[in-house]
Amino acid sequence: MTTTTDRAVGQPIERLEGQDKVRGTARYAAEYPVGDELAYAWVAQSTVARGTLTGVTVDPLVEADDVIAVLWHGNAPRLSEADDPELAVFQSDEIRYRGQALALVVARTLEAARRAAGLLVVEIDEEPHDCVLRTDHPDLYTPDKVNPAFPSETASGDVDAAFESSPTTIDVTYRTPALHNNPMEPHATTALWDGDDLVLYDSNQHPPGIAAAVGTVFDLPPERVHVITEHVGGGFGSKGSARPNAVLAAMAARVTGRPVRLALPRQALFSMVGHRTPTIQRVRLAASSDGRLTAIDHEAVEHSSRLFEFAEQTVVATRHMYAAPNRRTGHRLVRLDMPTPRWMRAPGEAPGMVALECAMDELAVALRLDPIELRVRNEPSVEPESGVPFSSRHYVECLRRGAERFGWADRDPRPRQRREGDWWIGTGVAGATYPTMAQPSTARARRLSSGDYEVSIAATDLGTGARTILTQIAADALGVPLSQVRVRIGDSTLPKASVAGGSSGSASWGWAVTGACQALRSGDPSSDEAVFDSTELVQQQEKDGKHAFGAHFAEVRVDAVTGEVRVSRLFGMYAAGRILNPRTARSQFLGGMIMGMGMALHEESVLDPAMGVWVNHDLAEYHIPSHADIESIEAEWLDEQDDQINPMGSKGVGEIGIVGSPAAILNAIWHATGVRVRDLPARLDKILPHL
Amino acid sequence: MKTFTYRTATDVAQGLEPGATFLAGGTNLVDLMKLGVATPDVLVDVNRLGLGEVGDLPGGGLRIGAGVRNSDLAADPRVRRDYPVLSEALLAGASGQLRNMATTAGNLLQRTRCRYFMDATMPCNKRRPGSGCPAREGDHRNLAILGASPSCVATHPSDMAVALAALDAVVRISGPAGERTVPVTELHRLPGDTPDRDTVLEHGELITAVDVPSLGFAARSAYRKVRDRASYAFAVGSVAAAAQITDGTVTDVRLAFGAVAHKPWRAFAAEEALRGRPATRESFRAAADAELAAAEPLRDNAFKVPLIRNLVASVLEGLA
Repeated sequence: MTTTTDRAVGQPIERLEGQDKVRGTARYAAEYPVGDELAYAWVAQSTVARGTLTGVTVDPLVEADDVIAVLWHGNAPRLSEADDPELAVFQSDEIRYRGQALALVVARTLEAARRAAGLLVVEIDEEPHDCVLRTDHPDLYTPDKVNPAFPSETASGDVDAAFESSPTTIDVTYRTPALHNNPMEPHATTALWDGDDLVLYDSNQHPPGIAAAVGTVFDLPPERVHVITEHVGGGFGSKGSARPNAVLAAMAARVTGRPVRLALPRQALFSMVGHRTPTIQRVRLAASSDGRLTAIDHEAVEHSSRLFEFAEQTVVATRHMYAAPNRRTGHRLVRLDMPTPRWMRAPGEAPGMVALECAMDELAVALRLDPIELRVRNEPSVEPESGVPFSSRHYVECLRRGAERFGWADRDPRPRQRREGDWWIGTGVAGATYPTMAQPSTARARRLSSGDYEVSIAATDLGTGARTILTQIAADALGVPLSQVRVRIGDSTLPKASVAGGSSGSASWGWAVTGACQALRSGDPSSDEAVFDSTELVQQQEKDGKHAFGAHFAEVRVDAVTGEVRVSRLFGMYAAGRILNPRTARSQFLGGMIMGMGMALHEESVLDPAMGVWVNHDLAEYHIPSHADIESIEAEWLDEQDDQINPMGSKGVGEIGIVGSPAAILNAIWHATGVRVRDLPARLDKILPHL
Repeated sequence: MKTFTYRTATDVAQGLEPGATFLAGGTNLVDLMKLGVATPDVLVDVNRLGLGEVGDLPGGGLRIGAGVRNSDLAADPRVRRDYPVLSEALLAGASGQLRNMATTAGNLLQRTRCRYFMDATMPCNKRRPGSGCPAREGDHRNLAILGASPSCVATHPSDMAVALAALDAVVRISGPAGERTVPVTELHRLPGDTPDRDTVLEHGELITAVDVPSLGFAARSAYRKVRDRASYAFAVGSVAAAAQITDGTVTDVRLAFGAVAHKPWRAFAAEEALRGRPATRESFRAAADAELAAAEPLRDNAFKVPLIRNLVASVLEGLA
């Protein structure tokens, strides 16, 4: 039992809703009972990548009593324009990608809706499409900015001269495939109209944002849209903004006058809700003979859709990772007949650090230098491109301490030296980084008549432990035991919270919760309520120079007979500020590392250019690591103090685990076999021919 | 999902009306129905026909009831002792939950996992005859290198069937026209220009059992499956092998390959090339090459040729 003299923050508290989830009593968006009038919706998606929709007709044989409505461009109500064109469902006859929602069947049963959707006669004038990303695409351009608002290009010094004059250079191209977030819970909405007010039980990462976006398309102020998001089965970025399912369900509910439920099938998650763009990245590194970088040049080529420019910030991490006097970074984008890419866990850092950290490994080999030592020698004293001092940076400590814990010291640097039976064995290292951010949020703290406290904020818990951590933060700020604090989240009518994204939830919401609880504690004793808005403090904060760092170590074995790769050990050492809850933080680190393993070895959305679609669109064919793929996996962290970031001194832990862990595995594959895989994922067919 | 009616089968020979199909474990069929790939009008449940036992054959060997669950078959002490290749193949397939439901006959009759077949919005000659095969030019990394045709390059996904093919197993079939038997190696067809037909079964014929004959040296047998992750994935290549090696010479051998063809691929040519040869890596690789000489890989699946060659050598070395 925690007492008032102990601090709750820093304790390995179990997730407060964990038992409800295990028992199946935690409710998700598609599970709320809303009465017998509930209707079910099923989306009919485009089977062509580009064209014009000319008609949708319902087979009269299936237009039985169970089908209530069929909505499409020809009969759907007009919506107001949203920032995100993907939300303008059925507002145009233009087909921009295969999988686009063309019609929605609403029926009394899920089975009837699905059946009728499959039998709709959809007439399309098909046009030729272009779905293939390539470095010589004539339509490549430099976007004005990359996600969310970074400059697309940066340059300093004379990169070309440095390459000409440096004794050691590396010029390599790495490719990462399109990837899909695939949260366990698919995107789902149960929508109903209460008079002119809209109620959405919706699976998302940002209830206030969903309320605002859906409100915009239906001409409602955000407070007239009530978004309830008590539990979320993961999102990995794909639920960060309103997705078409929320608008479709709300539209269907308005047209039919019934509550409508729309849960997307797994296959639809491969087109309607976002993905990580494929990237083609060229990295050039130049170094002096003592292993100091003289130039870094990193360019990424990536795609977006015809509908919307989303430019992944692939090379932004390169801007602050290593010191070098001459530097150039850039992004080039092409708009293809493809679904719109979006945020996926560590957008930018995850693919970008594959290329940079593998290239650093290649440079270390060329220099005959230990890859850790190469990184240490290029440690910057201030953030290289901004010149701003780091609020805290313990990258070198992560590398050194991680090396000790992993057992790096006796490593033979030569590849293809260690073999046990049929297995080639090798080890690899790569750095990790993720920005430390906070966003404006508001929280409210109340003293209840029972003597307990209620703390409210419209945050969401994706399964990360956010609810638990906010309770810990509130307990300490109030100076009371955990048992006296009840945290309410997951409801857009609560005080406004920022998105559960950018690994910024704990920092942003915790800041507001701390402020509200401290205000209640120190304020007028006759007042039982305090509200705190962090906007001003957050906006005054210096944004540059704030990052978490880490180092990933991998030991792999590669079967000489088959080329199969197994990761015997995966180890992460992090410096991520103050760890608020070691139990949930460890799960975040490990989850990121496992997703990094998937990125290195398994995950790939396979494009059929002729069909204009990713063909492996289910979890049988889109592989993520299985339990059997995880052997030894561990995460540890340094005790890092940073008083410049937020009142808790915490840095985000949700994404850094996927940054660099794929590169550590790829570098270990090279060390095991001498095979350098530069085209992810590193499947056996790319390795076997070279063994 | 298309509306269907459901009834329980009462007799193995009663047959099926047009548009009807048998339902056993449902681990594949129900998925395909949800996807609109299979659209039966009637499901005839065969789970209560009493086909769930493993019995001994009079002259040795086993009679495996069509309804025996994959988990139970893999755990059967006789299978583990006399046919380890079969137990290993079963345990390499699917997941624990699926193996608890999936049946022997259902496993044999599962459909291809070709991504175009599994998506009812795509052309596919197997699902919609005459609509074309996008896999030849499109995604085919895990499709056939042997016995394919211009109209279909699908593979059969079963692990168990590969072991049964190697063991000379025989399928017992019942139907309105009576009973017949077909070797497992002849149950599945090659696609030719009618890839919509997976097997030689006529509509209404029901597999009632699989007989695995006595094969003494099968006590030394093994199954090796290669896949893209450590568990819960279909094979990208597999080998089932049993070998009798006397004084360093291969006196008899059974070999079958998985994930290379429209059917579990019994490697008769490789077996022939091995009999009487020294049990060395060179012989094993030469035997594999004898079989793989007929391979016609596509753009992205040529790796399966060296993969199978390596697997054959490795598995046989393990048995030698």
